[in-house]
Amino acid sequence: MDLAWIVGVFVVAVLGTAVAGLVSKWIDRKVTARVQWRTGPPLLQPLYDILKLLGKETLVPRQARRAGFLLAPVIGFAAACVAAALLWAANIDPSRTLPGDLILVWYLLMVPSVALIIGGASSANPHAVIGASREMKLMLAYELPMLLAVLTSVVASGFTFNLGGLIQSAGAGVAGKITMAVGFIIGVLCTQAKLGLVPFDMAEAETEIQGGVYVEYSGPPLALWLLTRAMMFALMPIFLVTVFWGGFAGGAAGVATGALKYVLVVVLLVLIRNTNPRLRIDQAMRFFWYGLTPIAVVAVILAAAVF
Amino acid sequence: MKRTVVPIGPFHPILEEPLRFELHVEGEHVVDADVRISHNHRGMEKMCEGLSYDQIPFLLARVCGICSASHPMAFCNALEDLCGCEVPPRAQYIRTLICELERLHSHLLWVGLAGHFIGYNTVYMWAWKYREPILDLFEKVSGSRNHYENHRVGGVRRDIPDEVFPAIRKTLDELEPKAEMLLGAVIDDPVIHARTKGVGVLRNVDAVAYGVTGPTARGSGVNQDIRDTEPYAAYDKVDWKVVVQPEGDVFAKAAVRLLENFESIKIIRQCLDQIEPGPICADVRELPEGEGIGHAEAPRGETFHYVRSDGTNRPVRYKVRAPTFVNVPSFKANVIGAELADAMLIVAAMDPCYSCTQRMSLIRDDTRQQSVITHDELLQLSWAKTERIRRQC
Repeated sequence: MDLAWIVGVFVVAVLGTAVAGLVSKWIDRKVTARVQWRTGPPLLQPLYDILKLLGKETLVPRQARRAGFLLAPVIGFAAACVAAALLWAANIDPSRTLPGDLILVWYLLMVPSVALIIGGASSANPHAVIGASREMKLMLAYELPMLLAVLTSVVASGFTFNLGGLIQSAGAGVAGKITMAVGFIIGVLCTQAKLGLVPFDMAEAETEIQGGVYVEYSGPPLALWLLTRAMMFALMPIFLVTVFWGGFAGGAAGVATGALKYVLVVVLLVLIRNTNPRLRIDQAMRFFWYGLTPIAVVAVILAAAVF
Repeated sequence: MKRTVVPIGPFHPILEEPLRFELHVEGEHVVDADVRISHNHRGMEKMCEGLSYDQIPFLLARVCGICSASHPMAFCNALEDLCGCEVPPRAQYIRTLICELERLHSHLLWVGLAGHFIGYNTVYMWAWKYREPILDLFEKVSGSRNHYENHRVGGVRRDIPDEVFPAIRKTLDELEPKAEMLLGAVIDDPVIHARTKGVGVLRNVDAVAYGVTGPTARGSGVNQDIRDTEPYAAYDKVDWKVVVQPEGDVFAKAAVRLLENFESIKIIRQCLDQIEPGPICADVRELPEGEGIGHAEAPRGETFHYVRSDGTNRPVRYKVRAPTFVNVPSFKANVIGAELADAMLIVAAMDPCYSCTQRMSLIRDDTRQQSVITHDELLQLSWAKTERIRRQC
């Protein structure tokens, strides 16, 4: 793999994901507004929000752990960028990906949440600490069914831990398609939690803990968080489409159908967010562990039996 | 486990008015709670003593931004109790109609806010949209969307023109299916059940012991409604029933409010059917010396007003007790032991209206066994501030 390919993909992927993320944020806000009989913001509003924050002062609470507080958004952002590069590389050329990059992407997508926990916990605010503890519990809750859901896809495609391989063998056979559909639905619900959208937004819950983990952030660090969140809002649907739904590969037609799938996933996430109230953290954990995990286990076993 | 104090307020996204809650939590578990009211003392009772009886309703409408009609209603009840005058039937019906429209808009507002508090912003926006035509009605009926009260001693200030009646009927006809939809959205949604059923239970005995009123009491199975127990205006002439739910949880309180919407619609329709042309105000020339007591059922519960007159055109003492003042302390009975995520929802379920409750309160320091500030010190502070403002001007 030559350097030009790596650098090129990295730049294209980060910029592309940032743009896709901000557009998705706009879709989110616009669809939400239309559902709620409001007009909604203009297309560039998510970008304006970030640009405005970049010009604001950075305030660090006196009792906060400065390094952890300020480094957390940077770590989260960096992880999102690398994950973006890997995902895009797999979709641009499925035959040229790293072996086992699924595992790497999986861990990289987990990093922003971990960074959020570190940032919230080091900001010395009781609301942020509660938010961080909720985020931690939520991670424990959704990672298990999510992992199992990804496993259904891995098993159904003949134990490929390679994003390119997953794309090429997506949903081989009817039974494979069914188990992957189940995995996909579980994946969407876990994504809802990973992105911190209602009904799983208890880590920030502005009407309970005033924004929770984000409460002490201001200025550029907050802008970085918003950008990371926007990128995650693009990356998670891309990840789902890549792992469960054949990705974006296959020339112009592949990109077009991929984009359609992507928008469908985003709109699905937004609609779930707008038709549910926020759950309590214990209810969310119960939902993921006792509700989704058994279904995911059954899906994995079925996939293995069929394969 | 380590105990953390989570401060909520005096400024917090959930509070539309200043108030401070201190929740002592272990993990997510609330083990103790404290509340401080009186961040916004407005001295309205004192101001009443300087106003004539015709001016007071305008001030009392501003005790609460939502119960604009209930406080003047209680004032009229108090004054009519004092002078014993007969209010013409048309005025009675107009008062009832406005008070019930107020209940409708207040309950819809609460449903929206409650949705917002549990992160369900769609319900928030929808409920407030459904509330909008009622505010438009207020404008048609009284000329004002928010201060729509038109009570005065002996009757009402403004008549409702006959051409407005069809508009009221039309709005009600349109509102009814929407209220049914909202009721269905709450009754049938499993996630709302998960968040509200069995949460913040105020047991019947606690409700009685804390003396809570309004939907907070009726949600705990206390059959108490001033419109029923001491009917004023035209409530004894129309057919309606008190909505009571026995469970005492947040869900029950929501159900009480959502079901009361239908009772309000029923009452307004009957008022429109029964109202007849006639005078709208009795001629009250003089008020005797003495005391008067007035109750009214505001959307949040019983509003109590007391007036003492010396026979002049101003009260010697005026006293207002808004429903939230008796409802707020009940959080001691149902917030402690709850989860932090539920705490504010439980408080919100009593539909608190904080500025109405504001008193001057003296805080007592238990270690020093005396007040943190005495009356004289407060007076000194007040004089110093007046002096400072005077110098700035």
